[in-house]
Formats: sequence, structure tokens, C-alpha cells
Amino acid sequence: MNQLGFPLLSVIIFLPLAGALVALLLGKNRTALKVWALAVAVIDLALACVLLGFFDYGEAGFQFVDRFVWIEHLGISYNVGVDGISLWMLLLAALMGPVAVLASWKFLDGRPGVQARLYFFLLLMLETGVLGVFAAIDLVLFFIFWEAMLVPAYLLIGRYGGERRAYASLKFFLYTMAGSALMLVAIIALAALHYQDAGVWSFDLQTLYGMPLTWAAQVWLFVAFMLAFAVKAPVWPLHTWLPDAYVESPTPVTILLAAVLSKMGIYGLIRFCLPLFPDAVAAARPWIWLLAIIGILYGSLLALVQRDMKRLIAYSSLAHMGMIVAGVLAANQQGVQGAIVQSVSHGLTVTALFLFVAFLEARRGTRQVDEFGGLWKSIPILGTLLLTVIFASIGLPGLSGFPGEFTMLVGIFQESAAAAAFATLGIVLGAWYMLDLFRKAFAGSLVRAENRTMADLGRREAVVLLPLVLLMFVVGILPNLVLRPTAASVNELLTRAEDRRVVLIDESGAQAWAGTIQLDGPSGGSH
Amino acid sequence: MEISIPTFNFIAIAPEIVVLVTALLVMVVDLFLAREQKHRLAWLSLVGVLAAGALSYAIWHRSDTQLQDMLVADNYALFLHMVILIAAALAILFSVDYADRTGLAQGEYYTLLLLSATGMMLMVSAVNLMTIFLGVEILSLALYILVGLNRAEQRSAEGALKYLLLGAFASGFLLYGMALFYGQAGTTSLSALRDYALSLGGEFPPLLLVGLGLMIIGFGFKVALVPFHMWTPDAYEGAPTSVTAFMSVGAKTAGFAALGRVALYALGDLHGDWVWLLAALSALTMTVGNLAALRQTSVKRMLAYSSIAHAGYISVGLAAGNQLGISALLFYLFAYTFMNVGAFAILIAAGRLEGSARQGETLGGLTGLYRRKPGLAVAMAFFMLSLAGVPPLAGFLAKLYVFGAAVEAGLVWLAVIGVINSVISAYYYLRVVAVMFMQERERAEDTPATVCPAVQVGLGVSAAAIVVLGLWPAPILDLARQAAVAFFGG
Repeated sequence: MNQLGFPLLSVIIFLPLAGALVALLLGKNRTALKVWALAVAVIDLALACVLLGFFDYGEAGFQFVDRFVWIEHLGISYNVGVDGISLWMLLLAALMGPVAVLASWKFLDGRPGVQARLYFFLLLMLETGVLGVFAAIDLVLFFIFWEAMLVPAYLLIGRYGGERRAYASLKFFLYTMAGSALMLVAIIALAALHYQDAGVWSFDLQTLYGMPLTWAAQVWLFVAFMLAFAVKAPVWPLHTWLPDAYVESPTPVTILLAAVLSKMGIYGLIRFCLPLFPDAVAAARPWIWLLAIIGILYGSLLALVQRDMKRLIAYSSLAHMGMIVAGVLAANQQGVQGAIVQSVSHGLTVTALFLFVAFLEARRGTRQVDEFGGLWKSIPILGTLLLTVIFASIGLPGLSGFPGEFTMLVGIFQESAAAAAFATLGIVLGAWYMLDLFRKAFAGSLVRAENRTMADLGRREAVVLLPLVLLMFVVGILPNLVLRPTAASVNELLTRAEDRRVVLIDESGAQAWAGTIQLDGPSGGSH
Repeated sequence: MEISIPTFNFIAIAPEIVVLVTALLVMVVDLFLAREQKHRLAWLSLVGVLAAGALSYAIWHRSDTQLQDMLVADNYALFLHMVILIAAALAILFSVDYADRTGLAQGEYYTLLLLSATGMMLMVSAVNLMTIFLGVEILSLALYILVGLNRAEQRSAEGALKYLLLGAFASGFLLYGMALFYGQAGTTSLSALRDYALSLGGEFPPLLLVGLGLMIIGFGFKVALVPFHMWTPDAYEGAPTSVTAFMSVGAKTAGFAALGRVALYALGDLHGDWVWLLAALSALTMTVGNLAALRQTSVKRMLAYSSIAHAGYISVGLAAGNQLGISALLFYLFAYTFMNVGAFAILIAAGRLEGSARQGETLGGLTGLYRRKPGLAVAMAFFMLSLAGVPPLAGFLAKLYVFGAAVEAGLVWLAVIGVINSVISAYYYLRVVAVMFMQERERAEDTPATVCPAVQVGLGVSAAAIVVLGLWPAPILDLARQAAVAFFGG
């Protein structure tokens, strides 16, 4: 049992699932379903805040651990816990629950034909999946959550998405599954190596942290893990599912994809790749930095030429994620902590931006930026808020984008000044396309008549948007609030990584690895 | 002159006897039932199958279950008895309305179904080449007829003929392989063969290798390993769907069980010499099965290719050859029974909704199923996702288990091919999910047709089983492990 004597974390993870099952009983009553889903999501967020309240900042290890043996002889257990690395990811996921549900209210109002029951069932299941990913300490459990959330996401995109939804949902599913297929083998291989070492199977992350790996083992396993996370984040050139999935999804799902699911890749990199394969990370760093920088430039340039605002933000997200991946790969205190803060910030800003697009689309039925212009005059409150969010997104000091980006750049700079310089280029481009978007939509004169009579910020819109904007200010003005809880865990993680490094690169490593895994090979069968 | 009468240990074959007697009873009772009462035969068969299942569980862990040197009801055999009997029970549930609707001769149908189950059970209990062959022939003869039972259907006749011809061919290979074993070792008893193999001190006589190769071909036909799978799509597509469901699981189970006994028990000490053959066949089977399944428009045919692919995954467990591999094989067969039989049953139900069995087997028959029959669509989604190996369903754990065994045995490459194949397979399984959930019928129709209650029960049990097995696998995994221990003579 954990320090509370109450399985708080498990309750947070599985409350949405329980809520999803209850939603099935609510039948066709749309209002009841909406209220129920919101209640579940809000209670879940409240519980996550309670968890934050009890979180011990000085403790580097896992807290709120719930554990029971699941499959004994393979050493697989249900094992969840939170530390400074997963804390903010978990809270971000919990926060996006109510946001997505509220966005769904609006989405469903526009579609009377849609069956709300299945929709909320899937949405809440997805929520359980992402919360579980951030909390799992057992590798098999992690993989189960990682893959299981694909199904509700697939059905949500494919059933409720835009015109090309069938294509987008299938692409999303297959990309992710293909990316993580090798991760499954790598997970098994890690456990098998441990079995040869210690004679027992174990998929427990903390046990595997203690197992030394040869250079060659690190390389192969790193590649397998990296592939899964690179698809999810995504890292260029494995990003091609992203524009389709983000654009075709209904807005609530886009929000979850961009704000939370993409962070699963970042989280996986920090949690698994950095400590388990430190030498491989160091060797791969320049290459992945190269890909990340290409992603930053590619995403930014494509964002610059988009007319569809949803697509523009999708590409901007690619650029931002490239930056965060680069920060993680710096593999030092500032890089990793900055990546965590920037993940939170990106989650907040990208959500707000997609919401804005949805608001404008609801008013005008189009997302083409050319259809707007001069909106400042008709909807000034929305305009002001959008400008704030844009400032947060492009990293203006005082808002949430700044501390994360700055800390990350410091981290990257320590390893390579050139990489930091290129990454900074991304910030400049980011300012360009975001301000360009604002200029086109809000500045100038009101040409079109439809734009004159637009309603300004509605009450329900304010309820979703204002807390997000407020949080952007909080993170921007008091960055230590976010940075401090991560410090101890990140420090321990990096120390562990340093300890596990195979200092001398062993040239015969390849043979040693192939040999060890065959030790208990064919002949082991016939007893 | 004194005639020594061997002592028969009937406990060892009690489950087989129960099924056999039920089969004969069905044949007799059939004579006294009017046309519209024939469906009662299904309930009679079901009672017999469930009784045999209970009996198999009751003699679990008994050590005195050897019948001469011919059959043994060890935990390995008993576990697989249960798999076969579950498959039979589900197939019977799914036949109740289907057999009536398609005008099959029900007396013969249930009798043959039970007889083929008897053959399968004999095969998994067999510890002598003679009894293995006996089992193969009992199960095959019954299945040849079952496949062609629907005489009104041309595809059925075509499938049956192909199955018969190639099956007879396969039996020939099998028998020849057995003859070579006998020629080399002078015995047909598997335990004596094992002692003989041990005495060789690691040397693998070419005659044994050829014999094993021939037997792998023979069993490969039965379980549909590539390149011995040519009959599968036609026979599976042509056979009455309930028969397809049963044979896709039962014949596989029996074939793998017997191949396991011959290759891993009798020749286990020579594992290193033959593993490449099975590993290569396994990789080939997965890949060809999945690639061919991608191109199918008939769901029934797609499932036929998918069952070929699954034969590939299952043989990964055999190729691994360790204790983990055997328990993985057993768990896989157990889980596979529910998801595969369930998937075929959906086609039966869809056929009834469409008013044409044939129409229910296409993607079109499943289009918009969620809106029409949400329960069916959700169950089918479970089966498809479980077959694709998506967690937390049973199919995922089964794959985790076999790939785990492969990695432990040093066959990392085989595990890699396996997971890549899982991704390929996801494409065609998802296509079924997509038409059910993401497309709607053009013409709005209210479907007055209902799903037969027996089918509902069977589907409910299957869907629940793959969820429970995925979330709480420990009890079955424990049984599988005990069975694997028994297999290696522990």
C-alpha cells in the first residue's frame, strides 16, 4: 500500500473507465450523458489535484504506488506510481478530460444524429488509457495501456471525424501499432536478459533499471523503443499520420491527441530511453537532433503556408514537439526539466488554439483563414484571448511558453551550441506563422458581412478557455511551481543513467549480446 | 492355452468414451425425432460434450491415466481435451439455428461433429504413432463429410473434394514418416522413441530427420501450415460455417498437440537439429497467411487465411521448444478457440439477418452492423481486435506469451517477424471493424430478424472469455503450465 493507505492513483486511472461503463446504461438521454461525462472528468481532475496536494516534492522515487502480482511466473504485475516526471503529464491528462468533454458538448450540439452514448464511452476509455500510460511502472502494463488506448482513439476518429476520417483513423492506428510492434519485442528481450541474469522473469521497471546492458544490446533496444516514441511524438519523418489525424478528428479528440497523446512519446523517451540506454542515447543524439531540427523547420514552414487553420496548428504542433524531443535528448537536468515544462505549456496552448479554431468554425462553418479578417472589430474579447495564447505559444516571457523553452535551450546549448541555434530558429519561425495567422484573421478591415455579426466569447466557451489562459499565466509567472517537483526525480534519473553507462565501448559487444540471448536457447527446452 | 487379457484403464479414455457414446446416441435418437424436433439433438450433443469436459477436469492431475503404451490422459492431453470440447460446445450452440436454416441433415451432422471431436481427443492423448494415426483418420473422415454436408452448395462440394484429396495425400506422408521412424528405431511408442533419441547422444540419423520432415508435412496439412495450406481457403469457405468454426480450431489443436508430442517429446533432445525447419515454416506461414488475407473481400475467406496466419503464430511456441513455449502454445489454443469460433459465429448471425447465409459472409453483410445490432458489432470488434493482438484482450497475452518463449529460446528474429505480421494483420481485422462502426447502410432498413438465443449465449460466452482471459489469465495460465510440466514428463 502507498503512503495514503488508499489506492488514489488507481482510482484516478480507472474512474473514467467506470464512468464509461455507466454511460452505457444511460441510454439515449443526451443531457444526462453530457452531465455524467463532465462529472466524471471533473471528479477525476479533482482527485488528481488531491494527489498533487499529497505529492512529496523531496522524494525522487515513485509515490502513490499500487501493486499486485498479475502473472506471477512471468513477473508481470499491475504496478502504478507517480514521480516528478510523470506528475505533470498525469495532471495534464486529467485536466484535458473536462476540457475534452466540454468541447464535446459543443461538438454534439452540432450533430443531433450522433449517438452520444458510444461517443462518451470511447472518450472516457481513451482517458483511462492515457492516464494509465503515465502511471504504469511495469513494462507490460505500460504497453497494454499504450496500445489499448489506440482502439477508442481509432473509433472516435473513424466514426465521428471529418470527410477523410476512415483513411486518417486507419493511418493513425497502423502507424502507432507498427511503431510499437518492435517495442514489444524489445520489452520481452529486456525481461529475457534479466531472466538470464537473475533466473527470474521481471517486467518491473525499477528492477530493470538495475540491470547493466552491453553496448550492442542498448543500441538495438533503443532503436526499438525510439521508433515507438518517435511515431507518437511525432519525430520527422514519422509524422505523416499527424496532419491527417489532427485535422480529421473531431475537436475534442484533436485536443487529446495533440495535448496528451503526443506527450506519451516524450514521456516514454524520458522514462525508458534515457535511463535504460544511456550510451545509445548519447550516440544517437546528433542524429535525432538532426531529425528534430528538420521537423522544427519543416513543421514551421508548412504551417506558414497553410490556409486551413486546424492544419496550420497541426503543423505548428509538429515543430513544437521537435523542439521538446531535442530538449529531452540533451539528457541533462535543464533539457529534461525544460522538456517537461514545455510539454505542459504546449498541452495548454495547443488545446486553446484548437478550441479557437473550433469556435470560429462553429460561427462560420469554415476553417479557411481567408474567410476571416478584421475580426478584432467584431469579437475583441476572443481576439485578446487568442493573442494571449499566441504569445504563450511563441514563448513570450511571462507566459507559459517561455520558461520551458528557455530551460530547454540552456540544456541543449550545454551539449551543442549549433543545435541550440537551430532550435532557436524554430522559435523565430513560430512567432512568424502564429502572428501571421493572427494578422490575417483579426487585423485589417472587416470585409465580409458574415464576420460583422459574429458573437463574441460565449459563457460556455469562457468556462473552457479562461482556466487554460489563467494556467498559462501561472506557469509563465511562477515557473518554479512546475519545475520544482520535477527536480529530484529528473536528477535521480540522470544520475542512474550516468551510472549505467558502459564507459568503454565494447567492440565485441555484438557477439556478446547475441551469445547471451542464446544461452538458454534451444537446448533449454527438453528437460 | 492361456490368453492374457490386458487390463484396460478406462479412466484414461473416459472423456473420449463419453463423447463417442453421445455420438452413437444422437444417431439412434435421430431416428425417433420428427423433422421439427431435430434441434433437440443439439442439446443432447451439448450435454454429452459438457459432461466430457467436466470429466476431463475431474481427472486433472491423476497419475494413473495411462492406457497401455497407447494413450495417456496427462494434464497436457486434458488441457487440450477441454479446448476441443469448448470448441465443440460453441460449434453446437452456433449450429442450432444454422443447421435448421441451411437444411443440413442434423442427425448425421451432430454425430459426425462428435466423432471428429473424438478423433481429436484421441490424437491429443496419443503417445504411440499408431494411436496418433488412428486419431488423425477418425477426425479427418468425419470432417471430410462435414465439409461437404451441404449438398445444395457447390462450393461445399468443391471444398470437400479438395480437402479429401489433399488430406488423403497428407495421411500418406504422415504414415510414411511413421514407417521411417519404426524402421530406424524399431518402435512406435513415443517414450521408447525418446529413449532411443537419448541414446543417440546428439547424433541425428538421416532417416529420423526425413521421417520427421514427412510427419511435419502431414501435420502441416492438418493444421494448415504454408506451403501445405492450399486446401484451407476453399474448404473453410465451402464448409457450413459452424463446421468451419469447429475445424479451424479443433483440427489445429489436435494437429499441434500430436506434432508437439512427436517433435518435442520424442525428439526433444534433437531440438537443435530440427528447430530451423519449424521456425522457417512458422515465419512463412504467418507472412503468407496475412498477406493473402489482406486481399480478401469475403470475410469468411479472410478468416480462413487469418487462421493460417495464426497457425504460424502457434507454431512459434513449438519452435521455441521450451517449457514456456509449450504453455504458450496451450494458452494460445485456448484463447484462439473463443475468438476464432466467435468470429465465425458472427457470420452465422449476420447470415440470418441478411436472410442469406452467403450474404452474411461478405463485408457488405457487416456494413453498419453497429447501428442495426450493436451487441453483435461489439462482440465482433472484440474478436477482431483480439485476433489482431490488441491489449488487453486474450489474443494479446497469447502473442506476448509465444513471442516471449521465442525470445527466451534465442529466436528473436522469429518474434520480430511475428510482431510485424501482427501489424499487417491489424489492417484487415480493422477493415471489418471499420465497416461495422464507420459505415452505414445506404437504404435505411429496420431489421425485424433476430439473433437466435443459442447463438447469443455462445457469443456472450466467447466475448466474455476473451476479456476475462485478457484481464485475469492466471487460472488458465496455471493450468497451461501444469500441462507443460506434464508434457515434459515432470
